[in-house]
Amino acid sequence: MAYELVVIGTSWGGLHALRRVLGGLPANFDLPVVVVQHRHRDSDHLLVSLLQDHTALTVHEIEDKTPLAPGGVYVAPAEYHVLVEVGQLQLSTEEPVRFSRPSIDVMFESAADAYGARTIGVIMTGANDDGARGLRRIADRGGAAIVEDPATAESAIMPAAALKLVPDARVAAVDAIPALITKLVVKSRKAHGGRPALPARKDDGSLRGTP
Amino acid sequence: MSKVAQPPLAYDTELEQLEIELLLEAIFRHYGFDFRSYAFSSIRRRIWKRINAEELPNVTSLQERVLHDPQVMERLLLDLSINVTSMYRDPGFYRAFREQVVPLLRTYPFIRVWHAGCSTGEEVYSMAILLEEEGLLGKSRLYATDINEVVLQQARAGIFPLERMQEYTENYIKAGGKRAFSEYYVAKYDGALFNPSLTEHVVFSQHNLVTDRSFSEFNVILCRNVLIYFDRSLQAKVHRLFYDSLVNFGILGLGGKESLKFSQYEDCYEQISSEKIYRKVR
Repeated sequence: MAYELVVIGTSWGGLHALRRVLGGLPANFDLPVVVVQHRHRDSDHLLVSLLQDHTALTVHEIEDKTPLAPGGVYVAPAEYHVLVEVGQLQLSTEEPVRFSRPSIDVMFESAADAYGARTIGVIMTGANDDGARGLRRIADRGGAAIVEDPATAESAIMPAAALKLVPDARVAAVDAIPALITKLVVKSRKAHGGRPALPARKDDGSLRGTP
Repeated sequence: MSKVAQPPLAYDTELEQLEIELLLEAIFRHYGFDFRSYAFSSIRRRIWKRINAEELPNVTSLQERVLHDPQVMERLLLDLSINVTSMYRDPGFYRAFREQVVPLLRTYPFIRVWHAGCSTGEEVYSMAILLEEEGLLGKSRLYATDINEVVLQQARAGIFPLERMQEYTENYIKAGGKRAFSEYYVAKYDGALFNPSLTEHVVFSQHNLVTDRSFSEFNVILCRNVLIYFDRSLQAKVHRLFYDSLVNFGILGLGGKESLKFSQYEDCYEQISSEKIYRKVR
């Protein structure tokens, strides 16, 4: 099964790491990328522009039922959980999960349930253990798990926690993560029918297919 | 700490979706609450939260409990409606309301406000305080509605957790509050009891946005972070209800991540602020 979605979770030190990873993806990268970074509640628009300055992909702040498009980068707003559905994103103001809203676990788990083995999950620098359970679920559903090397991460706690729950995740330094993602995508497409076919789209912009 | 609400890994997702559809159909047919057009991923999380709390194995077993024990239904109902709110939530919204909407309201002899999906009432008290400080509360009537009678009872009581007053005070200041926030409540029963004079102009009542009709004409409708839980078809239906319930040049206030972008009424409103404040213009 070819990969169709990338999800990234990070916290402390995440801005720098996100710039490197999004900046390292090729301009023609054609999977949607959904990002949760823990941050202060007044900083929404700022984060989008700070990331946009470093990537050729288009960065969006997630709103109610934002549709997923190829090559779009979707950033979780502060104070909302993000739930991934096939082809679109759903927001929720329900209570924080383990003190976090947005919660990386919540986003990753919903991605795993909606996209299953077509998901690539990436955990990077951070000072708490959010995201580890979500990455475990992505791996359990047959998706790919990538963890930033704790040895070089700005804060090792989040990557280390992820590796504890997903010991066989691929480990890479932050600058090697974009190439690793691209390699996984290309390889999965070769294995499943040659050309990098994009998933068919319905009229309403959502992706066809069952989780 | 609550468990993360999610189904077991082995659960077949297509079967699960069928079971959820059957559960929502059963709730509608038996109790009249219509959750069938709620956004799937969030209602699924809420359902699993209840399944785990009741220590049940699957969606079908919850359906059995819900149909035969109204108390389980009541607990599920509380889970299904998200009752996370706060006073002056998004202070920027209230500041914009004060600066851009209040001058319009001054021109009316009488002001009717509908707060749809008011939950435990924090934002209703916020608005009542704002109108009071602007000298408008006396000629206002606020209709605060929610699907859920339990949260409305809390709203009527006007007692909110004391430990949140510091946060609310900060919000109140950011929202452009003109006095000391502590003037509006007294510490009582381990909570902050808000001045009952604020609710002399408020009517709390049960109303279901999905199945009930309009009940009046309003100058202002506030519905914040309610529509995000609805699917597009239900959102369209509710937008029609709001449009029909607003006077010409009436104001519609939505949540920070909501918009009229994909609604059939997009062209009937103009956005009058960088916050989600719209004015009905045609």
